[in-house]
Amino acid sequence: MKIFVFPEIYQGEIKEISFEILGLAREVKEKIGADLYVLLVGKGVKEFASQFGLADKVLVLDNEKLEGISPFVYQNVLFQILKERQPDLVLFGHTSVGMDIGGFIALKLNLPMVAFCKNIKVENGNLVTTSLIYGGKILADAKVIDNKAICLVLPGSYSAEKGKEEGIKEIEELSLPEIEEKIRFEKFIVPEVEDVDITKEDIIVAVGRGIQSQENLELAEELANLLGGALAASRPVVDQGWLPLTRVVGRSGKTVKPKLYFSLGISGAPEHVEGMKDASLIIAINTDPSAPIFQIAHYGVVGDILDIVPALVEEIKARK
Amino acid sequence: MKIIVPIKMVPDLVEELEIDESGKKLDTSFLRFIINEADDHAIEEAVILKEKYGGEVTVIAPDIGEVDDVLYAAAAKGVDKLIKIIGDFEELNSHLYASILTEIIKNMQYDLILTGCEAITDIDGQTGIFLATNLVLPYIGLVSKFDKKNGYFYVSKEFPGGVYGEYKVELPAVLGVMTAERPPRYVPVAKIRAAMKSAQIEEIDAPEIEVETGIEIERMYMPEVGKGAEIIEGEPEEVAKKIAELLQNKGIL
Repeated sequence: MKIFVFPEIYQGEIKEISFEILGLAREVKEKIGADLYVLLVGKGVKEFASQFGLADKVLVLDNEKLEGISPFVYQNVLFQILKERQPDLVLFGHTSVGMDIGGFIALKLNLPMVAFCKNIKVENGNLVTTSLIYGGKILADAKVIDNKAICLVLPGSYSAEKGKEEGIKEIEELSLPEIEEKIRFEKFIVPEVEDVDITKEDIIVAVGRGIQSQENLELAEELANLLGGALAASRPVVDQGWLPLTRVVGRSGKTVKPKLYFSLGISGAPEHVEGMKDASLIIAINTDPSAPIFQIAHYGVVGDILDIVPALVEEIKARK
Repeated sequence: MKIIVPIKMVPDLVEELEIDESGKKLDTSFLRFIINEADDHAIEEAVILKEKYGGEVTVIAPDIGEVDDVLYAAAAKGVDKLIKIIGDFEELNSHLYASILTEIIKNMQYDLILTGCEAITDIDGQTGIFLATNLVLPYIGLVSKFDKKNGYFYVSKEFPGGVYGEYKVELPAVLGVMTAERPPRYVPVAKIRAAMKSAQIEEIDAPEIEVETGIEIERMYMPEVGKGAEIIEGEPEEVAKKIAELLQNKGIL
């Protein structure tokens, strides 16, 4: 069996998801017996090759034309590399990068595809994937035909530490095939000076859809102020224009590890949870008892934040 | 600009989800189906682009649940053409949906296809990238800013940490929309009623195709409840007291 892992390297750094999927790939390799390849493709990626010591072989394609991970270019480059090597299992992150490549490779190589992947087990010699679907409410175990698949692995599903080992067993340098640039990378736009850097806060009060209106944000803000923390949000709140993108926790925002994460009216979809699951103390309030947030929260309240937060604000004021 | 927006209908997560007797899929008998959230943004963005640059927007949807309401709401927002795909869609995975859309769209004229970047049901991958691959079109997903400059189309794609990547895209292309430039507009019921009278839904029979996803679901189940949170119960005041005590014990208050 041949397992390929596609690490994400851009803006001069290796993203954590790279080690998470490499660690997972190593575990599968040990259970089923396989060769493990790392596909290091991008601009300035070669210097990172020694970070992927778990790979039996690192394939390196380092070219300045590959800056900025243009989906069209990467789809075709990776397809060219993979089609000659007949992969069985290819792991990408279920991320902005992986989601733009995986589906193309799956169709072109006629391989099954598994998204929202949390785990890959080996049962009686068969690969069985576990996906977290329906906004984090349901888990689905699936068998992949012929033990082949392109998997998009959700960030935070596997320990990154287990994927970190330095050294190089074997390295092969590849050259860039001729490719049209139907999508061309122009530039990265990094957010300018931020109002608050939520990654540096010890206490975060985060609001989700359950906040219902912009006016109600004051309530959450008051709680945040009383606790000496900052206000953050899940994506839908920011999409309404109620808070800036710099306050988003999750896939399109920040990853935070505060001492206290107060989750108010957030359901806990995987794209949010990946950004806050490592908080030391998570207290969640949500009206839906089956909200996935209660799976990762330490303490939960099934109720309406508009009833509970005002009471909590009064209670804290009285104790101060 | 001619824009096509294929949408998905997905279970409303506000409702309680239950697994059926087979243990391999949801019991859909009492489920309410709504438009996939990112697809709602795709419709909004299509209408915004039409308002900016002129053109025509077509929304395509499978005949699932209350899809007519969704289509009429789209018309009320400014969508010009409504297409409903008729077929037995109990299990409409992304592979099959993309193949059905490919058959329908390949004979249509368009500059852009906007899909939501993903749906909560997408266990076998995302419709947009499959559709693009089938139609041999460029695809870029998780985009949320759109601009036409000097004859080129520019989009901003979201990366973690609030970082955007700006890309120049050759049209026609398929874009996986994360969010529209503005939140999906609210349409008053009166406008939807008016649309029900004036707008036509064109019905197209789903082409008969078989597509294998290559994955076989063995089991669906709810994540372990026991592993979850310790639930604090009581009236709001009691709950507030207990939380405050908890915070004091942890040295946070």
